[in-house]
Amino acid sequence: MNKKTDLLQGTLDLLILKTLQPGPTHGWDIAQRIRQVSEDTLSVNQGSLYPALHRLEAQGWIAPEWGESDNNRRAKFYRLTAAGRRQLAAQTEAWERFARAVGLILQNT
Amino acid sequence: MKSELWRRLRALFRRSEMEGELDEELRFHVEKETERNVARGMSPGEARRVALVEFGGSERVREECRDVRGVRPLEDLWQDFRYGLRLMRKSPGFTAVVVATFALGIGANVAIFSVLNAVLLKPLPYPQPEQLVTLHQSKPNFDTGAVPYPNFLDLRKENRTFSAMAVTRTTGFSLTGAGEPERVSAQYVSADFFSLLGIDPLPGRTFAPGEDERGAPPVALIGADLWRRKFNSAPDVLGKGINLDDRSYTVVGVIPVGFNLRVNVFRQSDVYVPIGQWETPMLQNRGAALSLHGVGRLKPGVTVEQAQADLDRVMRDLAAAYPATNSGNGAKVLPLKERIVGRLRPTLWMLLGAVGFVLLIACVNVSNLLLARSTGRAREFAIRAAMGAGRWRLIRQTLAESLLLAPIGCGLGLLLASWGTRAALGLLPATLPRAEEIGLDAPVLLFAVGISLLTGLLAGLAPALKTSRWRLSETLKEGGRGASSGRARAQGVFVAVEIALALVLLVGAGLMIRTLGALWEVDPGFRPNDVLTFNLNLSPSMRTAEPAAVRAALRELSDGISSVPGVRAASFADGAVPMLDENDLYFWLADQPKPATTSEMHTALVTEVEPGYLAAMGIPLKRGRFFARQDDERSPPVVVIDESFARKYFPNADPVGKRIRFDDEGDASQIVGVVGHVKQWGLDADDEQSLQSQLYVPFRAVPDDALRGVGGVRVVARMDGLTPALFDSIRRVVQSRNSQNIISRPQTMEEVIAVSLAARRFSMTLLNVFAAAALLLAGVGLYGVISYLVGQRTHEFGIRLALGARPRDIFRLVLSRGLTMALVGVVIGLAAALGLTRLMTGMLYGVSATDPATFTIIAMLLTAVALLACLIPAIRATKVDPMVALRDE
Repeated sequence: MNKKTDLLQGTLDLLILKTLQPGPTHGWDIAQRIRQVSEDTLSVNQGSLYPALHRLEAQGWIAPEWGESDNNRRAKFYRLTAAGRRQLAAQTEAWERFARAVGLILQNT
Repeated sequence: MKSELWRRLRALFRRSEMEGELDEELRFHVEKETERNVARGMSPGEARRVALVEFGGSERVREECRDVRGVRPLEDLWQDFRYGLRLMRKSPGFTAVVVATFALGIGANVAIFSVLNAVLLKPLPYPQPEQLVTLHQSKPNFDTGAVPYPNFLDLRKENRTFSAMAVTRTTGFSLTGAGEPERVSAQYVSADFFSLLGIDPLPGRTFAPGEDERGAPPVALIGADLWRRKFNSAPDVLGKGINLDDRSYTVVGVIPVGFNLRVNVFRQSDVYVPIGQWETPMLQNRGAALSLHGVGRLKPGVTVEQAQADLDRVMRDLAAAYPATNSGNGAKVLPLKERIVGRLRPTLWMLLGAVGFVLLIACVNVSNLLLARSTGRAREFAIRAAMGAGRWRLIRQTLAESLLLAPIGCGLGLLLASWGTRAALGLLPATLPRAEEIGLDAPVLLFAVGISLLTGLLAGLAPALKTSRWRLSETLKEGGRGASSGRARAQGVFVAVEIALALVLLVGAGLMIRTLGALWEVDPGFRPNDVLTFNLNLSPSMRTAEPAAVRAALRELSDGISSVPGVRAASFADGAVPMLDENDLYFWLADQPKPATTSEMHTALVTEVEPGYLAAMGIPLKRGRFFARQDDERSPPVVVIDESFARKYFPNADPVGKRIRFDDEGDASQIVGVVGHVKQWGLDADDEQSLQSQLYVPFRAVPDDALRGVGGVRVVARMDGLTPALFDSIRRVVQSRNSQNIISRPQTMEEVIAVSLAARRFSMTLLNVFAAAALLLAGVGLYGVISYLVGQRTHEFGIRLALGARPRDIFRLVLSRGLTMALVGVVIGLAAALGLTRLMTGMLYGVSATDPATFTIIAMLLTAVALLACLIPAIRATKVDPMVALRDE
């Protein structure tokens, strides 16, 4: 029944940064998008999401701004900073290298 | 980087705002989730429930979010402290007890440390104090003798390791011509004495080398006290003349207040005069030590050992050049600081150790209190742990409380210490060197802060560790009663430790009490009660009088004093007066050839006394006779010896009738009587001194030479009660003969003995105070633990009683529990005391460091106190009403 896959250590940061790339959004939306885009394979536990957001904020990769949500409620939006953008690029590249390496091993042995 | 810092500071100071934001953010999430669930077709209530379940433990999310903010430790600390403060306010009684315990322990420690710091640790208040040493001439059986002036001059000239050398000698003058004639204390000093120590006169100058010689114009330095007393601290005192023993001295400088070289015979004085101007032919005598004591300043980088070797070389040369006076004599160099405070070292460290024990006991008590209280909070801690509080966080929480209480105790303790130090110094009048330097300075404050932190940590550690280790489910199951057996064991250990520490202190105090008891029992060899001693100085005009006139004046005064109503017996006493003055002479037995050098001669303590001396001092006559008025300068020379002298030189013969010689001229002195031995060196130290033999010479037989220029003499008098009025009537009689005669420094012999025991009494009093505090703390600690255990087991006792146990059984159960703890403590304490009291051996007298009687009595005393402490809780336990205990559930 449980098809959800546990996230690898560190990948949550990458997913959050990637989700924020198109534009600022709030925590709930980030979780939703990750779930939808991964076709329900990846589910982000709120217990990990918010600490991760605060951590990324503390590192200066994302910045908070308070804004209005779709139905006019105050919500905390997160925006990718310039440093966050660089970090996203670096982490994406690292992830692709890693995935390719794992793929090579799975194909050739 | 700057923004990072800013963010953290913001996080710290706008904490509530950020907490609010976090709340809002999480709430928003749950609402969105609820909306989504509703959209999926759930009822609003169900939708919210699912959203909340999905979200999981919101408190943990919050904690983790706070964690990443990076100010967590500071924030928590602040929180812990505020929490601690709240708790303190909630239970003021508990807080007061803990703070008082800390204050006592820390205060006592700071007080003792401030003494130790000022006396032992701080450098002496002179420039480069480590270069300062004292100089002594040593004989084979006496290391620290005085240095004859010619030897000093040679040492100063021939040494290669000293940058300066000086001598001093205590004396006194009659100050006349400036108001009431007054006896002033004085020191002869060599010219560079003050510059050697680095002391600058204010105002004025020190002596020039040319002034330190015979025939130079008389000059003097005066002490700041005399300057204020006689000259109103006027700066124009320089160049003025003062009359000392009828001779005018020009004042060239003022020595500042507080200068007091507490070493040898040097005393803070009113007047300082160049020693070279001392007009006594003896000064040029290489065999006459004249109580001259040396100080020196080593060249930079020179060690005491090198200086010692250097002076050894010079003394060897002198012995070769002047064998008659110098053979067998060496030199001794000792660090000045060691000489001043060295003898106090063991006492002060012992006291610091003892007071450290008191602090440990205080710590254990506070620990116990915290532990007992934390039991009441077991449920609170268990719930907090269940809600995700980390173990370290709980430990810190408990520690924060004791760490908060300790500094408050420390603050109070400092007040106690500054008051207590003053009180303690009052117990030790003038005998503690450097007492004026004691105070709460930086090292002392640092020590206070250090031990208060340490104390807080130590007291909080055990409860903190215990608290954090409780099993959640068990604690909750037991209804908050806690896992009692484990904690009871910890408290049992605490009680045993307390009892053991208290026992060690009590044994120490007991041994000191026995020591003082033994010392008071020691027979000083004379009866000190009702004996007064004072100095008598003839009018300065007598200094130039003929010896016959001096002799007549002294006899007249002696008769005058003896005839004052209320004076039962009186005598002049010049020389070795017990515990006050020292004087020794070389002699040889008349039936043996004269030894070639003085170092081969015998020595004895010598006192010149009058016929009334035995009655005045209360010394028993053992054989023969004492002096009579007829024993004077014209009669055949006679002496009286003491039993110690008789035993040493005439072990198998009757000494009466035997003869001894002091020199080649005239007749040998005949021994006419034997008297009891007197403890010349003090009640405690006399037995250890090698120089024991005592010799009395008739004062009336003193030759003319010795009377020329005699300034003063000591008087001892046995009186009908020691009243100031009686002393005044003696003064009137003395001044009726000559208005410029002075009597000064009255002391009772009982005071003299008390002063000789002051240091020991000081340690004993403090040890007693510490031991009493320890006993009290340990007793209260034991009482607290037993009461607590009884409280814990009320339920159990109720069931037992309901099932037919007799109250007696319960009583026995509680008592045996308490006594077991106490006895374990007593056994450990006895073992520890056996090891530790050995360190006190040097302070004890007449009692062994492992005195079985003391150990037994103290062990019994502690057991009795323990029994008493257990009694009330044990009785309370038997009174448990089974119904009430069971209904409690």
